Amino acid sequence: MHIVPQLIFAVLLAVAGYFIFRSISRIRFNILLGKDYQPSASIPARWANMTLTALGQKKMFKKPLPAVLHLFVYLGFLIVNVEMLEIALDGLLGTHRLFAAPLGSFYTFIINVFEFFAVAVILACAIFLVRRNMVHVKRFSGKEMTQWPTLDANLILVMEIVLMLAFLTMNASDQLLQGQNDHYIATGNFAFSGLLMPLFAGFSATSLLILERSAWWIHIIGVMFFANYVFYNSKHLHIFFAFLNTYYARLIPQGEIDNMASVTKEVQLMLGMTPTDNTPVDPAAPMRFGAKDVQDLTWKNLMDAYSCTECGRCTEQCPANITGKLLSPRKIMMDTRDRLEEVGANIRQHGKDHQDEKSLFNYISDEELLACTTCNACVEACPVQINPVEIIVQMRRYRVMEESKAPGSWNAMFSNIENNQAPWKLSPSDRFNWSDNL
Amino acid sequence: MSELNHKVPVAAELLAQGKSFDVLFWVGCAGSFDDRAKSVTRSFVKILNHLNISYAVLGTEESCTGDPAKRAGNEFLFQMQAMTNIQVLNGYGVKRIVTTCPHCFNTLKNEYPSLGGNYELMHHSTFLQELIDTGKLKMKESGSFKGQKITYHDSCYLGRANGIYEAPRKVLEILDSDLVEMKRCKTKGLCCGAGGGQMFKEPEKGTKDINVERTEEAIATGATVIAAACPFCMTMLTDGVKNKEKESTIKVYDLAELIAKNEGL
Repeated sequence: MHIVPQLIFAVLLAVAGYFIFRSISRIRFNILLGKDYQPSASIPARWANMTLTALGQKKMFKKPLPAVLHLFVYLGFLIVNVEMLEIALDGLLGTHRLFAAPLGSFYTFIINVFEFFAVAVILACAIFLVRRNMVHVKRFSGKEMTQWPTLDANLILVMEIVLMLAFLTMNASDQLLQGQNDHYIATGNFAFSGLLMPLFAGFSATSLLILERSAWWIHIIGVMFFANYVFYNSKHLHIFFAFLNTYYARLIPQGEIDNMASVTKEVQLMLGMTPTDNTPVDPAAPMRFGAKDVQDLTWKNLMDAYSCTECGRCTEQCPANITGKLLSPRKIMMDTRDRLEEVGANIRQHGKDHQDEKSLFNYISDEELLACTTCNACVEACPVQINPVEIIVQMRRYRVMEESKAPGSWNAMFSNIENNQAPWKLSPSDRFNWSDNL
Repeated sequence: MSELNHKVPVAAELLAQGKSFDVLFWVGCAGSFDDRAKSVTRSFVKILNHLNISYAVLGTEESCTGDPAKRAGNEFLFQMQAMTNIQVLNGYGVKRIVTTCPHCFNTLKNEYPSLGGNYELMHHSTFLQELIDTGKLKMKESGSFKGQKITYHDSCYLGRANGIYEAPRKVLEILDSDLVEMKRCKTKGLCCGAGGGQMFKEPEKGTKDINVERTEEAIATGATVIAAACPFCMTMLTDGVKNKEKESTIKVYDLAELIAKNEGL
C-alpha cells in the first residue's frame, strides 16, 4: 500500500524522462542536419561570452524593466529547481522533506529563499501576461505571431504561475499539518506560504492532507509536464539553448560575412593561381552555392532557430520592418525552425534522400530576403546572439549563384563591377578624375 | 593655404620614382565617382596634404572591393574583386590603409585577410581622431561650426559592424559644436537604408523609405548639421533632407568636410 505512490512516482519520472530524451534526440538530429561550422574564438573567450551573455543576461539589460522581471523568473527557475532534488528523492523513497532534519534551521532559511523567488516569479509572470495581452507591447505582435506562438507564450506564463502556486500551497498546508500529523516534520516558519495559512485554517486534518498531497503531486507532475512541453516544441527552449548558443556564437566583428571556401578555390583556378586549399573535390558530392533548404545552412544557424524565444527585439530594431516592409528577422528564425522540424520528420520517416518538393523558399519569400540592409540591428538586439543575417545572405547566394535570379538593378550592378570595376556604369579611366583642379 | 601642395600621390608613380609611402588612402567607388562623395575625398586629401602625411592612392588601379556584390549574394564576383585587389595591394607592399568608406573598411579589414590580404585598416574617423590625439591636427579657436547643433548618424558598418562609435564623436567634439544625439544612436543606431546592396536597387514595398524615417529623427534633434561618416549614408540622408524640403536649413556633411571647412582648407 505504502509503496504504490512511490511506484507511481518512479513510473511518471521514467516516462517523463523518456519523452524528454526523445525530444532532445530529435532536436539534436535536426540540428546536425546542418553543415559544418567552427567557432573561431578560443575556448576561454567562448566561456567568458557565455557567462556574460547567457548567465549574466548582459543584452537583456538594454530594456531595464523586462530585464529585471525576467531576471526574477530566471533566478526563480534556477533556485526553486534546487528544491526539485528533495521532491524527487521524497517521491522515490517515500520520505517527507528528507533534508529538513539534517539541515535544521538552514532548511527553514533556504525554503524561505525559494518562497521569495516563487512569489517573485508569480508577480513577474502576471506582469508579463498583462504586457502581452492587455498593454499590447508592439513587438509581441506581427504577422508571424500567429495563434500558436501567441498561445505558447501565454501557456508558459500560466504554467509557471500554477507551478509556483502549487509550491506555496503545498508549503502552507504542510505547516498547518505539522503538530497534527507525525509524518509532517517541524520545519520552522515559512514567511510567504505562511500568508496563505489563514485560507486553509478551518480545514479538517483530512482535507489538509488531501490539499497538501494534491499540491505536491500537481507541482511535481506539473514540472514533469512543463519540462516535456518545453522540449517538445516550445519557444521556451531558450532556457537551455541560450547557453549553448552563446558558447558557440561567432565572436568576430558583426560586419564580417564568411568567405565561401568552395568559391575561393574556383576563383583561384580562374585567375591562374594555385589554390590554397588543395584537398581534391569529390565529384560525386553535390555542390550547392548558398542555401535552398535547411541542410544548406550551418548547424549553428539551425541551433539559432531553436534558441529563438520569439521576443521580437530583432524585428523591433529592423529598419525594413519599422518602415513597413515584409521582412521580420524573427520570422526568418521561426520559419527556419518550422521548416527544419518538417525536414527532420520527413527524413526520419522516409530516409535521408526524401524530397518533399518544398524548400526554405516556401516559407521565406524573396521580397523578405531582398529587404535586408545587413545593418546587424537584429544581431545586436538578440539577447542570445542569434544571427538572422547569415540565413538571409545564404538564401540570397542561392538565388544569385544557383538560379541567377536577382533583381534587374542588382544584375546591372554586378555587370558594372565586372566590366567597370565600380557598381555604376562609369568608365574606369575616369576613376581618378576627382583629383583634377584640386 | 595657397602654398599647399595639391598634388595627389599615386602609388605607381611613387614606386617608379623609388619613393615609398606610409599609408594607402583607399578612395572607394563612391569617393571616386559620386559627386557628393568626391567632395569628401577631396576634403580628406586636403587634410592629408595639409599635415604632410606620407600617403598614396591607387588612382585608376583601384577597383570595387566587392562589398555590394557579396551582400547581394554574388560571392563569385566578390572573391574575383577581392583577389584582384589583393594582388595590386600586395604588389605595392601596402601595410596600412585608410578609407573614407565604412563598407570598404569592413570588407578590407574583415573579409580580405582569409583571402591573403592582411592590412592594418583605419576608417578616416579613427585616423582623424589619432591626428587630434597626437596634437598634429589642431583646431582653430573660433571655427565655423562653434556652438552649432550637430547630430552624428552612426554608419552600420562602422558602428555595429566594427564597434566604432567614439572616434567620429571625438572628431566632432573638436569643432566646439553642440553635439546632440538622436534617440536611436550607437548600438541602436537606425540604418540609413543603403547597406546590403540596397544602394543599388529600389526598396521593397513598405509604408515609408528608411532614409526618410532616419532623416525625420535627425531633424527632430533640432540640429542644423547632420554629420555622416559614410558615402552611402551621405546620399541617403541628403535625399531625406530634400524629401523633407529642409535643404536650405539643414546640411549633411562628412567628418572630413567639417574638419576641412573648419580649418579653412
